[in-house]
Amino acid sequence: MKQESTIVIDPVTRIEGHSKITLHLNEDGRVEDARFHVTQFRGFEKLCEGRPFYEMPSLMARICGICPVSHLIASAKACDSLLAVRIPPTADKLRRIFGLAQVTQSHALSLFHLSSPDLLLGMDADPAKSNIFGVAEANKELALDGIRLRQFGQKIIERLGGKRIHPAWVVPGGVSEPLSEANRDAILQSLPEALAIAERTLEWFKGTMEQFREEISTFGNFPTMFMGIVKKDNGLTFYGGKLRIVDASGHVVADDLDPTQYDDYIGEKVEPWSYLKSAYYKPKGFPDGVYRVGPLARLNVADRCGTPRADQELAEFHELQRTAVLSSFHYHHARLIEILYCIERLEQLLNDSEILSKHVRAVARPNALEGVGACEAPRGTLFHHYKIDEQGLIRWVNLIIATGHNNLAMNRSVLQVAKHFVHGRRLTPGMLNRVEAVIRCYDPCLSCSTHAWGQMPLRIQLVSPEGEVVDEVARA
Amino acid sequence: MRQVPTVKTLKINGRDLSGRQEETILDVARQNGIFIPRLCEMDGLTDVGACRLCLVEIKGQNKLLPACVTMVEEGMEVTTDSERLQSYRRMILELLFTERNHVCSVCVSNGHCEMQNLAQRLGITHVHFPYRYPKEDVDASHERFVIDHNRCILCTRCVRVCDEIEGAHTWDVMGRGIEAKVITDLNEPWGSSETCTTCGKCVHVCPTGALFEKGRSVAEMMKRRQFLPYLTLMRKENE
Repeated sequence: MKQESTIVIDPVTRIEGHSKITLHLNEDGRVEDARFHVTQFRGFEKLCEGRPFYEMPSLMARICGICPVSHLIASAKACDSLLAVRIPPTADKLRRIFGLAQVTQSHALSLFHLSSPDLLLGMDADPAKSNIFGVAEANKELALDGIRLRQFGQKIIERLGGKRIHPAWVVPGGVSEPLSEANRDAILQSLPEALAIAERTLEWFKGTMEQFREEISTFGNFPTMFMGIVKKDNGLTFYGGKLRIVDASGHVVADDLDPTQYDDYIGEKVEPWSYLKSAYYKPKGFPDGVYRVGPLARLNVADRCGTPRADQELAEFHELQRTAVLSSFHYHHARLIEILYCIERLEQLLNDSEILSKHVRAVARPNALEGVGACEAPRGTLFHHYKIDEQGLIRWVNLIIATGHNNLAMNRSVLQVAKHFVHGRRLTPGMLNRVEAVIRCYDPCLSCSTHAWGQMPLRIQLVSPEGEVVDEVARA
Repeated sequence: MRQVPTVKTLKINGRDLSGRQEETILDVARQNGIFIPRLCEMDGLTDVGACRLCLVEIKGQNKLLPACVTMVEEGMEVTTDSERLQSYRRMILELLFTERNHVCSVCVSNGHCEMQNLAQRLGITHVHFPYRYPKEDVDASHERFVIDHNRCILCTRCVRVCDEIEGAHTWDVMGRGIEAKVITDLNEPWGSSETCTTCGKCVHVCPTGALFEKGRSVAEMMKRRQFLPYLTLMRKENE
């Protein structure tokens, strides 16, 4: 008997946060529609109303335990504009160092801890082995490299901010403490090892790409726009600049967009089936205004990285496709190039003659009642927008997080992968792992913790419209 | 002729100690390096015995007595750290944490808070009572200071320092029981207070992050209290 049915993947594993995927099958057992549901609700925009805006960077950092630094930076930048100050140049550079360290550790987490099981052991590997421990068994050096690289980034954050997670060091007007010479030297000493890890991982990754031809052609491989912040010279940056949007052919759609005016060109749509809003480019409307952010998007919008090794790799990356690089599988590749860039850029900044300056904070009263801060978080463009009253208390907050920008594209990617790999009424772990793996490409950050590394039970049921379980696959 | 102080001898935790008759158990304990927790008492201000954290056991008495307002007596035998006292103290602190909204991680006083330090010292890892989550205001109308009622524990140090040391009596307490709150003048916004001299003493005696300087970010509010015994001493000398 032919009938329509739904496959539910709940929860999705090896991602940051809580979500599920539903696949709707038609009468022939083919995937007709797919949805990526974010099942958690946080409420940060509401709960910080009434708080003094000086607390905002630390309060906002609590959104995420993986990328608290990105929230600190975007929030502090929004607060800088409430103070209407220009922060000291050294503070600006120290914040950049902080951000680069954070991108490195976060990318390392995504690539090694969450995605390397798929890349090393294969998409069809035993789910019980598809985790960082399985990777350690199969390739000890790769797993150790991942752990070391994450530690490298976290150590820099600790040296600057006093602790690795949720440091309160970034404040409105700058940073609270200058960088000591001893810490500068210690960080510089740790760079060569990190660079060597980045280089050999990139080589290894490029060597594995041949095995994933089918995935590359179906993992979110469709035309969309790409958005990212670029420097004045259109180079890669994580800290600040103007927004640029390119289309699927790589042509610039919009350039020099002021991030503080994001509301003019970015819309957010609420879908009843997910707590995550879907962002879209307003001039193209919904859903045609779909765009992607994050590593892949940044490398598609930036003309150059600005550091020698990363620029070489970027040139090779652009060889992948004459247009913009479209497959979301290449997020992994882009992530590795960005790690390379971060390490090279860290060296440049740490050798800056002003970096040890003690003048790292501008002090002012609130001089504006509204402020927007934007930066590039590991997963993409991050906006913090605050309104305060005359007393400096928060009255209204809007946050647009990278994963929100990617929501539309993630949904379409899930559909594409499911249509290609999921057939009939029998489910295999490999089929469903691919549906999850495409989500991992985007490295969505759905919550604030890293607790999901592959041990969470995954249960997929194929349910008939009458509620009958046609098939079930369980991962314990 | 100089008055000869009357000395009383007593035992605290089995140790033979002595103190002047106008001294409290807390004074004598402190002089002898015996730790008794407290949040409302402060050297240089009058004692009110409000927080009940300094309760001690005295042999021959069924009631527990607050060490900050109980004078030493001849032959007194005091216990300051029995299991019973420790469990009561933890309970009092836990109740303080549930009464309003104390979120250490995003507080201006994180790492420099008397209540947080005390909780750590007393080994509090969890709060066993349901939180009340009341909706409390933040008054940031003052030019330099902020009062966040979420973090106020009603120790009344601000009220006493303002009245006794500064002489302004801007602060007072309004309401009763769970409704009680500290107010400026006749419950007006702090910024429009006519009596406040903006001296900042209240901010620096506050044990938590309830009173803080504007512009302080998380964990940045350090309180300096050395001024208080010094001011009190200078005034006595001038009298």
